[in-house]
Amino acid sequence: MSDRDDLHHDAHNPHTHDESPVDHGELRDAAGHSIKDQSRSLPIPPTDDIITDGGRTLWGDAWYRLRKNKLAIAGLIWVIFVILVTLSADLWVKPYFGDPLAMDTTLGANLQPPSAEHIMGTDKLGRDVFARVVYGARISLTVGVIAVAISVAIGLIMGALSGYFGGFMDTLIMRGADVFLAFPYVLFAIALIAVLGPSYRNVFIAIGILGWPSIARVFRSSILSVKENEYIDAAKAMGAGHMRMIFRHIMPNAVAPIIVYGTMSIGGAIITEAALSFLGMGVQPPTPSWGLMLSDARPLMVRAPWLMLWPGFAILTTVLAFVLMGDGLRDALDVKMKD
Amino acid sequence: MLKYLIRRVLQMIPVFLGVTMLLFILRAPGVLPGDPVRMITGERAISDTLRAQIVEEYGLDRPLPEQYVLYLGNLAKGDLGDSFQKSRPVVDILADKFPNTVKLALAAIVIEVIIGISAGIISAVKQYSLADVLTTLSTSILVAIPVFWLGMMLQLFFGILLKRWTGDTIYLPISGMTSNRFPDWAHMILPAITLASVSTAYVARIMRSQMLEALGQDYIRTAEAKGLSRRAVIWRHAMKNAMIPVVTFIGIDLGAMMAGAILTETIFNWPGVGYEIFVAIGQRDWPVVMGGVIFIVFAVMIVNLLVDLSYAVLDPRIRYGGAAE
Repeated sequence: MSDRDDLHHDAHNPHTHDESPVDHGELRDAAGHSIKDQSRSLPIPPTDDIITDGGRTLWGDAWYRLRKNKLAIAGLIWVIFVILVTLSADLWVKPYFGDPLAMDTTLGANLQPPSAEHIMGTDKLGRDVFARVVYGARISLTVGVIAVAISVAIGLIMGALSGYFGGFMDTLIMRGADVFLAFPYVLFAIALIAVLGPSYRNVFIAIGILGWPSIARVFRSSILSVKENEYIDAAKAMGAGHMRMIFRHIMPNAVAPIIVYGTMSIGGAIITEAALSFLGMGVQPPTPSWGLMLSDARPLMVRAPWLMLWPGFAILTTVLAFVLMGDGLRDALDVKMKD
Repeated sequence: MLKYLIRRVLQMIPVFLGVTMLLFILRAPGVLPGDPVRMITGERAISDTLRAQIVEEYGLDRPLPEQYVLYLGNLAKGDLGDSFQKSRPVVDILADKFPNTVKLALAAIVIEVIIGISAGIISAVKQYSLADVLTTLSTSILVAIPVFWLGMMLQLFFGILLKRWTGDTIYLPISGMTSNRFPDWAHMILPAITLASVSTAYVARIMRSQMLEALGQDYIRTAEAKGLSRRAVIWRHAMKNAMIPVVTFIGIDLGAMMAGAILTETIFNWPGVGYEIFVAIGQRDWPVVMGGVIFIVFAVMIVNLLVDLSYAVLDPRIRYGGAAE
């Protein structure tokens, strides 16, 4: 997707983009440690490439290892690229390539093969496929991020209640998680959407609700291992309340697996959205969604095979990027495996 | 053995109750912003008399616990309601299609076992070779590929482009189960490959890592030191231990295949339970959609139970051990 020089060059400011792409221009400090901007409490010298073993925090350490993982960085760059392209689309895609919703009813304007004017051709309603693929990224990424945010929110609460309090609460929540996990994923989403009604919003609600048990399990087990530590006893002895214990002492130390799992889940959520939209249970026409575009392309496979190439390629590469990032984060953050 | 069987079946009860309760709550009035009568009748306009009749029949005006018992009773009788499009009991429609879904899942398992295991072994035995790199690369891509897109690409290549290039002589059927030109089994090739794709990638990955671990063990070195041939070491010693987690995965996967069938069956117009659900979605025939979901969930649970029980027969450690998972 991009050559090696780019990998190093662009590795400087990804994390600021994640938070707020507007900050882009302010980032003139070329040190490779921009992740520190978010976690203020971690002082790292702004000098480039200090490879000392002492004095580096978990996050600095992880970032250092992540940077050396070429596949993970390639995934990160691809995700940033997709975000930038789709967010800036109003500026250059609409005026120069076409509006993703603008139909062209002129005779012969639909189902055109790729040409200089329409680089990915036009669909059955004469809409520019390239514009729809670019705008489709907004739908996919939004669903992916919001759905996973919902799962993480529910999963963290459930996992915290279950792991921290234990006992009956634990049994109840974990058996509940078993029930959810007994359902094959897409099927349950279909059942849920059958009740809620197919729509863009209901897709991420359904995917979000379905994802919580895995997050809760992961978080619960990391809480259980953190709970063993002596500083937890110390905090308890000093009279820390439940809320303070969970949010100040346990969560920061149990959060690494959630980051890894969450990153990978975004890829899964994007595939699920595409699958639901493909089946007619997701985003509804005329919204440009990759899954929906593939479902439109299916009956036209003989006449217009180019219609199905790019939406599928977009799903594949975006999901792959999140999976690679997740793999890289897992290796980078796994403190136990480090020694 | 009997004790294990009883314990395992008892464990299923809370999950079973939870699953049915969840599906029941989805339909219950006031819980979610849907009309319960609509969920039973589909989206067609209905008369007030019919509406009242349905409310009466399903006890929709009675308290929730009572409704749930009624619902469980209907399930126990195998009553999933009637399809409004086809005016037939949902359970009959699904039972007709189920053998096709099973047939496709079994074919996919065969592919998964043969290709997944051999790819895993080859890439472990020849670590870092070209074959290993290619296996690792393709498994990563297969995990990220949307199954329905893979199916469409196979159709495009083997069914349309190949046919065009060879002047209508060599190609594969891309739709349905039977045709005049092809034997029945040929129709199964592309759907089975599609359905097997993701699982095959996982099997190859698990097999590779297990095999690498097994090959690093002391008893392998002993076997080699005894002068056994490489082939004997791999097949007789390393394989045996590396296979256990793979077999576990394949067992769990048989259930997942039935659920995954909805996308594959849709793309290839394969007349199974999944395709039936897809058609019902298009017609807003909700009783078939919900019934189909329940049907598959139960099928998956029963398959998983049978797989677990067969392990207990094979491996005494599970029979006597505490944890059954």
